[in-house]
Amino acid sequence: MTSALPADQATVVLRGIVKRFPGVTANDGANLEVQKGEIHALLGENGAGKTSLMNVLYGIYHPEEGEIRVNGRHVTIHSPQDAIRLGIGMIHQQFRLVQTHSVIENIILGLKESFFLPEKAARARILELAEKYGLKVDPDARIWQLSAGEQQRVEILKALYRGVKILIMDEPTSMLTPGEAMELLHILRRMTAEGLTVIFITHKLEEVVEVSDRVTVMRQGKSIATLETAQTTQSELAQLMVGRDVLFHLDKKAVETGAEVLKVEGLNVLSDKGLPAVVNLSLEVRAGEIFGIAGVSGNGQRELEEAISGLRPVSSGRIVVNGQDITLSPPRARIERGIGFVPGERWMALIPSMSIADNMILKNYSRPPIGNGPFIDRQAVATYTDGLIREYAISTPDRHTPIKRLSGGNIQRALLAREISEKPSLLIVAQPTSGLDVGATETIWNLLLEERARGAAVLLISDDLKEALSLSDRLAVIFEGQIMGQFAAREASLEQIGLMMAGALRQPVSNETSAGEPA
Amino acid sequence: MKLPRIRIEKRLSSPRWLPAASLLVSLALAMLSIAIIFAALGVDPLVAFQRIFRGGFGSVYGLQETITKTIPLILAGVGLTLAFKGRMYNIGAEGQLLIGAIFATGVSRLFPDWPAFLLLPAMFLGGFVGGALWAAIPAVLKTRFRVDEVLTSLMLVYVANEAVKFLVYGPWRGSDTRGFPITDEFPAAAHIPTLLGTRIHYPTLLLAILLAILIYLLLTRTKLGYEIRVTGENPDASRYAGMDYQKIALLVMIISGGLAGLAGMGEVAGIHFRLRPPEAISPGYGFTAIIVAWLARLNPLAAILTAFLLGGLLVGGDAIQIALNLPAATVQIFNGVILLFVIASELFNQYKLRLEV
Repeated sequence: MTSALPADQATVVLRGIVKRFPGVTANDGANLEVQKGEIHALLGENGAGKTSLMNVLYGIYHPEEGEIRVNGRHVTIHSPQDAIRLGIGMIHQQFRLVQTHSVIENIILGLKESFFLPEKAARARILELAEKYGLKVDPDARIWQLSAGEQQRVEILKALYRGVKILIMDEPTSMLTPGEAMELLHILRRMTAEGLTVIFITHKLEEVVEVSDRVTVMRQGKSIATLETAQTTQSELAQLMVGRDVLFHLDKKAVETGAEVLKVEGLNVLSDKGLPAVVNLSLEVRAGEIFGIAGVSGNGQRELEEAISGLRPVSSGRIVVNGQDITLSPPRARIERGIGFVPGERWMALIPSMSIADNMILKNYSRPPIGNGPFIDRQAVATYTDGLIREYAISTPDRHTPIKRLSGGNIQRALLAREISEKPSLLIVAQPTSGLDVGATETIWNLLLEERARGAAVLLISDDLKEALSLSDRLAVIFEGQIMGQFAAREASLEQIGLMMAGALRQPVSNETSAGEPA
Repeated sequence: MKLPRIRIEKRLSSPRWLPAASLLVSLALAMLSIAIIFAALGVDPLVAFQRIFRGGFGSVYGLQETITKTIPLILAGVGLTLAFKGRMYNIGAEGQLLIGAIFATGVSRLFPDWPAFLLLPAMFLGGFVGGALWAAIPAVLKTRFRVDEVLTSLMLVYVANEAVKFLVYGPWRGSDTRGFPITDEFPAAAHIPTLLGTRIHYPTLLLAILLAILIYLLLTRTKLGYEIRVTGENPDASRYAGMDYQKIALLVMIISGGLAGLAGMGEVAGIHFRLRPPEAISPGYGFTAIIVAWLARLNPLAAILTAFLLGGLLVGGDAIQIALNLPAATVQIFNGVILLFVIASELFNQYKLRLEV
C-alpha cells in the first residue's frame, strides 16, 4: 500500500516525528516523503496531526523525536526563518497580512534588503513572479480591499518572493468561493510545472482527487498510507482517513411539520459598510423542519443570521417568532424566547481563553440552576458542564481546559451542545461544519436532525451545497441578499440551484412553493 | 563578520510557570536599570537598595509607614483590577481618590455634630460616591459617544487636582490656618481611629482587605463578575449572549472609582484630618495603583501583596531622598521603570526571543 521512494529522491523526508502536548500526542511517529515537483496532499480528520506535522516542518513546533531531511541533508529547524532559508514556506488558514498596507508593502515587509523600502526593484520582481505563476493581483491595492482569494495570492507571492521552493498550504480552499478554489488549484499546477513542490493539507476528498499527485493519509497522529492519487478512490481514502466506513447516507426520518415558528417578512438589513446586505427577504420556518439557505458566502447570510438573532439592527421588515413580533427585541429577550444561535463566525459565540465550563454557561448563567440570585452556583456549573461533555462526547482533559485548546470538531460540538441543551424552538445554525472533517461533520449533522425530530424549527445557513441539500426539507438560494428561489429539497435541481447561486436565474415570485402545508 | 541577531517568535505553547517567571525576571531587570540610574546619580546602587529595603521593611517604624501607605494602594489597586478585567482602562484613579477626599470632607462639614459611629460611615459613603461619580464620567462618555476612557479618565485627574486646590485656597480655607491652604481640622468624630502610636488607620485597612476579598468573590462567584470577565475577554461574545455592555462598563468604573474615593477618604480622615492641597494628600497613589493592579496580574487578592510591596517602595524611596540627598522624583522614576518592565514582560508570555548567530 505504501509507495516508498528512495529517500535521496525525496525533497522532504520526515521520519518518526513525535510531538507531544500536555495530555495529547499530536504526532506519534509520523512519516512523510515528498517528491520534488509534486502536489502532495496531506489528508486526515481534524486532530489527525496534519497541521502539527507541518508546523514541525516549518519550525514552529520542535519535535520530541524524529528526523527531518531536506534535499537529502539532515536538518534541525528552529524557526520559520530557518525553514524559509531551507526554501520551505507555509501559508496558514488565517492569512497574516497587514490590512492597511499595500500588496507590495506586505510582500517586502520584514526583509532587510536596504534601509529604504526597495519598492521599485520589488515591484518588478513581484510582477515577474505574478506573471510566471498566474497570480493576478494589483500590487498597489490595500489588503482590506482584496477578496480572500486575492489575499491568498498575496501570501503565495510573499512566499515565492522569499525564494520558497516547497510550499505548505493549510486548508487553502476553506476561505475561498468555489470559483476561487478552482483558480487556486490551477495556480498550484502551474507552480509544480515550474519545479516547485506543494504540500496541501486538506480534509476534502474531492480536492485530493482533483489536484494531488500523491496523498498521505494521517490518522491519530500517525501516517497511515501514502498512495498515488491516480490509483485510489474517494471511498478508499475515506476509509483510511476515518478507519471505518463513512456514513455518507443520512438517516433522515420523516417528521411531521408543526406550527410556523419563524416568519420573516420583507426584511432589509445593512452591512457594516452601510450597504444593503439583505433585501426584501421573506421566509417561514415550521416546527420539525430544516429550512436551508444555500448560496456563496458573502451574499447577506451573515447579516441575515445576525438580524434574526438580534445582533444587527433591521432597517425595515418584520421578524416574528412563535407569533410574537421580535423585530426590535434585544438579544437577551430573543435567547429567552427560545432562539438558539450557532453563528458562522464561531469565535463570536465563545471566549477562547476561558474554560469550557465558563463557555458552556454563556447563555444560561443568569437563570436557575446556574444563576442563583446574584451568584453563579459552581456546583451546578460542574454538573451541567460535565453532563454536556459526556452527552455530546466532547473530547477534553476536563471542564477547566481553555476552550481554544480543543480541536475544531470538539469546539463546534461544544458550541452546538450549548445551544441545543436549552431546547430552543428556533435554532439558527450557520456554516455548522465548515472546517470540520468527515467524522465531526457526521456528528453535527445527526445532532441537527435530532433537533428536527424533537420539533425544533431549524434555519440552516450553509455555503456547502451538499450539506444544505442533504439536511434541508426546504431550501432557498440567496444571492446578493435576495432569495432567488425556494424548493422542497428533494425536488431541487442542481442545475437550477447552481444558476441561482450565481445570480443567473430567479424563480418567478409565487407563494405556494414556500410553505409546506402542515400535514 | 556576522553579528548575532535577535529574533522575536510567537510561542505556540507556554509552560505554566512562564507568567510567574517573566514577572520575576522583569522585576530583576527593573532593579538592574534602577541600579544604573543610581550609579549615574553617583550613588552606590547596593547601598541605595539596602537603604530602601531597610527604610520600607527593615524597622518597626518603616513597617508602620509602609502599612499606612499600603491602605490607599490596596483600595485603589483592587478597584483597578476590576476595571482592567472588564477592559475599562481607568487611568484616573488619582483623580477619583481626590474627589473622594473632597466628598468625605464635605460630609464632615455638613454634619459636624454627628457622632463618630454615624459620621465616619457617612464620610466613607461620601468618599465612595465622589470617586464613583468621577469615574462615571469617562464611562458614560465611552458608552454613549465612544470616547476613549484612557484619555478622559487621565484628564479628569487634573480637573480633580484643580478642584481640591480651589477649595483649600478658596471657600474651604480654614480660619485658624495662618494662611496655609488647608481646611480647618475635622471634628474629632471625623477622625478614623489609628493603632496606638502609629498612623495606621486600621478600620480603613480592614475595609480594604475586606473589599479585596469581596471583589475577588464578585469576579469568581457572581453573575456580574462572569459578565465582566466575558466582556473583558471577548466583547463580541458578550453582545452575542445579550449582556448589557453599558451597564457592565458603568458598573466596573463606578466600583473602581468608588474604591479610589474610599482611599481618598482614608487619607483625609485617617492621616491629615483635613483637606490639603492634592500633592499633600496623595503622592500619586492612584497612579501607583496601576502598577499594583498589573503586578498582581489583575487578581484582587494578589493586589493586597503588591500594594504592600509598592507601599514599602514609597517609604524606602522617601528614606533615601533624605539620607542620600536624591531628588524627589526618584520614587516616580522607580515606579515608572517597574511598570515599564512589567508591562513589557507580557510580551514574553506570547513571544520568545532567539539569538541567531
